[in-house]
Amino acid sequence: MSWVFRVLLPAAVLAAIVLGWHAVVAINGIPPFVLPGPGLVAATLVSDWGVLGPSLLTTLLTTFEGFALAAVGGIALAVLFNQSRLVEYSLYPYAVILQVTPVVAIAPLLLIYLPQHAAVLACAWIVAFFPVLANTTLGLNSADRNLVALFELYDASGWQILWTLKIPSALPQILTGLRIAGGLALIGAVVAEIAAGSAGAGSGLAYRIAESGYRLNIPRMFAALLLLSVAGIVIFAMLSLLSHLLLRRWHESALAREA
Amino acid sequence: MAAQSHPATAVSLRGIGKTFANGVTALSGFSLDVRDGEFVSLLGPSGCGKSTALRIIAGLTAPGAGQADVLAGHRTAGEIGFVFQEPTLMPWATAADNVRLPFRLRGDAGAEAQRKVARALEQVGLARFALAYPRELSGGMKMRASIARALVTEPRLLLMDEPFAALDEITRFKLNNDLLALWQMLRRTVVFVTHSVFESVYLSQRVVVMTPRPGRAFRELVIDAPYPRDERFRTSADYAGYCRRVSEALAEAMAAGGAGEAA
Repeated sequence: MSWVFRVLLPAAVLAAIVLGWHAVVAINGIPPFVLPGPGLVAATLVSDWGVLGPSLLTTLLTTFEGFALAAVGGIALAVLFNQSRLVEYSLYPYAVILQVTPVVAIAPLLLIYLPQHAAVLACAWIVAFFPVLANTTLGLNSADRNLVALFELYDASGWQILWTLKIPSALPQILTGLRIAGGLALIGAVVAEIAAGSAGAGSGLAYRIAESGYRLNIPRMFAALLLLSVAGIVIFAMLSLLSHLLLRRWHESALAREA
Repeated sequence: MAAQSHPATAVSLRGIGKTFANGVTALSGFSLDVRDGEFVSLLGPSGCGKSTALRIIAGLTAPGAGQADVLAGHRTAGEIGFVFQEPTLMPWATAADNVRLPFRLRGDAGAEAQRKVARALEQVGLARFALAYPRELSGGMKMRASIARALVTEPRLLLMDEPFAALDEITRFKLNNDLLALWQMLRRTVVFVTHSVFESVYLSQRVVVMTPRPGRAFRELVIDAPYPRDERFRTSADYAGYCRRVSEALAEAMAAGGAGEAA
């Protein structure tokens, strides 16, 4: 029953918004270069797929690469912090600085020093890695103290404590970090593509949006935007599914709520 | 007790002191002897250093002063079993995998280890729940799994830190009985920390009453009732008498400890 509602209600809202949008455009006779109707956006999506499809692929690839680097880098750095206080004290402030400096402001600089693909990738990485680092650090530090004592009682090595105890108990937090990072990697990639703008030979979706803006091709802007949203939703859904599959047997967050 | 000659001493603590970094002195001049195969309870109010004493025996905490001699200094991994107040199970692993942990940590995945895991689960009555995850078990069953894990390596010394304090009375009585049955069958040395007079009298051969912080052994009472002990013992006049004497000793220890703290 609640299942039906959870699917039906958002779908009904979506239908209402699309219908309302269509009605506003049709009744007021708004020209497409001001606000295209949903039908035209859909038609553009199909007719311009030859341009938009490869752009989507480019952006997704960058996002995925940035995400993968952020996941590996964030987890590895968190493990390093957990093993060595010295490293943590030395490096953590700089991780924070990287995070709090707006990536929009860093992107133009990176574009000067790095080849465009590397710069876009770097932006995606910078915004995505911090939530992985912060959440993994929290998770690793939250391992049950008594379990750590028990491992020591059985003469477990530091490596065993890390692999058998700390990483599994940090898994919920790691997955939360990854879920945030997935969305942020997409944002980072888009920001960098926008910053690169017409200067680069980029062909990502954000570049298409900027380009369409210059050409007043508003329907294509909307179509590209729609693709970006869908990409973000799919990334989030996939990471949520992964989280559910890994945690469903044991973690409170993944349990079905009793009525 | 100094005059007694013991066939073998499992635990010998002499003048143990422990002050933590935050300035709290948990133990001061704490001495304790536990014979091989004996069931001894440490009884005292919350915060009297009972748990610290247990952790020192386990080698998890180093004493600040005094000498701790455990298993004649020949301790190897798996010779001490430890049961915490919480079940302290890994929630991502099944009951069997939790019990298997000590073997896994020493890299032993052999058939003999598997057999021991199965037997330990059977001993605590969890054979049917080997594949259940901790969240699927009741509080008492989680504690049973925790005890099975502590017993699986066939330790010479079993240390229990208020293991049943968080359980309801019915479950606690049942686990008390099962623990005694296991102890009679396996004859391991048990040091049992509790703040319950009734539990300490019911279970142990000897109750060591401790003073409030800083903890030391105030008085020892021998509970000279035969095993097996059961509900008949729990409702007997003997039991009530022992409980009264231990309660009185505890009250005196509280008074003495308070004076010691003021001094």
